Amino acid sequence: MAGVFTPWWRNRRLLPWIVQAAVGLLLLVLVAFLVGNLVRNLTAAGLLLSWSWLGNPAGFDISETLLPFDASLPYWRALLAGLVNTLRVVLVGLVGATLLGTLVGTASFSSNALLKRLARIYVELIRNIPLLLQLVFWYFVVFLALPNGTAAIQLPGVVLAKSGLFLGAPELVNGVWQSPLKITVEFGALLTGLVVYTAAFIAEVVRGGVASVPQGQWEAAGSLGFSPLQTLRRIVLPQALRVIVPGLNSQYISLAKNSSLAVACGYTDLYSVAETSLNQSGRAVEVVLILLGAYLVIDLLISAVMNGLNGLVQLRER
Amino acid sequence: MPVLRRLATAMPLIATLALVGCASDGGGIQSQKMAAIKSRGKLICGVDGKLPGFSFVQPDGSYTGLDVEICRATAAALFADPNKVDYRDLNSSERFAALASGEIDLLSRNTTETLSRDASGGNGLSFAPTTFYDGQGVMVPNASGIQSLKDLAGKPICVESGTTTELNLADRMREIKAPYTPLKFQTGDQTYAAYLQGRCVAVTSDRSQLAAKRTSFPDPAGHTLLPEVLSKEPLTPATVNADPAWADAVRWTIYALMQAEELGLTQANIAAKVVEAKANPNLADLRRFLGIEGDFGKQLGLPADFVVQAVKATGNYGEVFERHVGMGSKLKLERGMNRQWKDGGLMYSPPFR
Repeated sequence: MAGVFTPWWRNRRLLPWIVQAAVGLLLLVLVAFLVGNLVRNLTAAGLLLSWSWLGNPAGFDISETLLPFDASLPYWRALLAGLVNTLRVVLVGLVGATLLGTLVGTASFSSNALLKRLARIYVELIRNIPLLLQLVFWYFVVFLALPNGTAAIQLPGVVLAKSGLFLGAPELVNGVWQSPLKITVEFGALLTGLVVYTAAFIAEVVRGGVASVPQGQWEAAGSLGFSPLQTLRRIVLPQALRVIVPGLNSQYISLAKNSSLAVACGYTDLYSVAETSLNQSGRAVEVVLILLGAYLVIDLLISAVMNGLNGLVQLRER
Repeated sequence: MPVLRRLATAMPLIATLALVGCASDGGGIQSQKMAAIKSRGKLICGVDGKLPGFSFVQPDGSYTGLDVEICRATAAALFADPNKVDYRDLNSSERFAALASGEIDLLSRNTTETLSRDASGGNGLSFAPTTFYDGQGVMVPNASGIQSLKDLAGKPICVESGTTTELNLADRMREIKAPYTPLKFQTGDQTYAAYLQGRCVAVTSDRSQLAAKRTSFPDPAGHTLLPEVLSKEPLTPATVNADPAWADAVRWTIYALMQAEELGLTQANIAAKVVEAKANPNLADLRRFLGIEGDFGKQLGLPADFVVQAVKATGNYGEVFERHVGMGSKLKLERGMNRQWKDGGLMYSPPFR
């Protein structure tokens, strides 16, 4: 209304902006002060962030890598090799945990009492024991108990020994098994530990999702002549997915973060390489920042993909 | 979670550096670290805690070993009481962050002195005198039939991550052009467990550590050290670079133990020697060393009788060596390079002048 003057402190549209700006400015000043102080003190302590060391030769070896690596290559190549190793176990782990988790989750709706009970026992047993203990168990108790050398389990084209699973014409060279395609026990133990542990949680998410579909849907599908399996696939799961997918997101993120426990079973992941780099180079703050950044990016990527998937399975209002 | 634990040790460092003002202008012999230790009434010492002979927890919860004695001698020099020490068990990857963040005052954990660890642009440590001259070795089971490093070509070798041994192994194997698979573990326990389980045909570390760990194996006689010595490993206590006065106090406390051996002062005779020196003004050297005349203690910011207290607490260096790692101990290590200079070894204290 023209002619009526509203003072700014009573202006409902302007006021929130002013408050926001004031708080934002205050925050900015605080952050600038802290960062400035950090840089000043780091400089005084001779710890100012520097990244040139990333180009120096690493000087240490990595036991298994997808990218070729040796000790003469620079630190950044070592960290990259570690990152690839982490991604490798995370990606395979996600697929494995999803398959096993879905299987166990749906098994708890089975009409077979034994299967149902086994699924419950599995979930309760696994999710109540710390993951680190489970990894140590898988590595030291299960995998390292495998026979070695000539005593290894041998099938045509496949050998399972203490050092790993060897595929494609394995041969014993100088007491050590070798083959073009191999999976080391360290990778195997970490993968098994992560898959078994995460699957227990995924099973619960799946069970919750399936339980959220009303009983009437099963009955209606049954009366239309659907078999139980068809009902699950065509009627129940599409509806359950709306509940399951958001829950899966956080389980996937947990799996990615938990992969940093790899060092417990001797697998050289990003965290393990970063730790060695930190000790050799003394660049503690930089290495921790790299670690923080890497895990943050991996988890945000998983989150982004899962949010996209979530958009696809949600009910579309027409 | 390892990441969280790493963060937990690094965060206080970042946080303190972000929050404290520029208050690092302590001049003279005033040492912030020593002031903090004195007001706390206890020395906080970082040790391994799982290495027989060097630092090991006994059934009653107390610590024992050569590395531990350095902590005890320092506490005795400061407080006239060797028991005023809190020990922190650290693995090889945690130790430098713990020192840099101020969580511990003194690192006495079989740490090799190297350029990059000493340099301000590297880990920025200040090393005290070396307390044990060691070399890197490789241990194999007798049954493996391995005689030398060359026989290890193509085989898996267990090593603790974040150690100098990890790098030396890489260097030596590259030199003799023998490819190998390094299996790295975060703690010594995991490393030796994997070795005993037969995942690796060999384990590498300092020779003293291998000998120490072997004593706790189910079958100690079934494992041998290869003849090759891969590197020099001077195991040395360390403090932070930022506090030279504190580093001096630690340095001269350790020299005092070596000097005491040279002068024939022992845990048993130190009290009598003090009485003797007090009565005889002609023993000027000894009187200065024991703090009866002169102001050596004051110059370091320590009590005048710090040498007497340290020797009373632990005995001289030779006694410490024999008690924990020498022929009379379980480890049965030769004195070797660790003899005093008069006997052809490397233990040499600069003059107390």
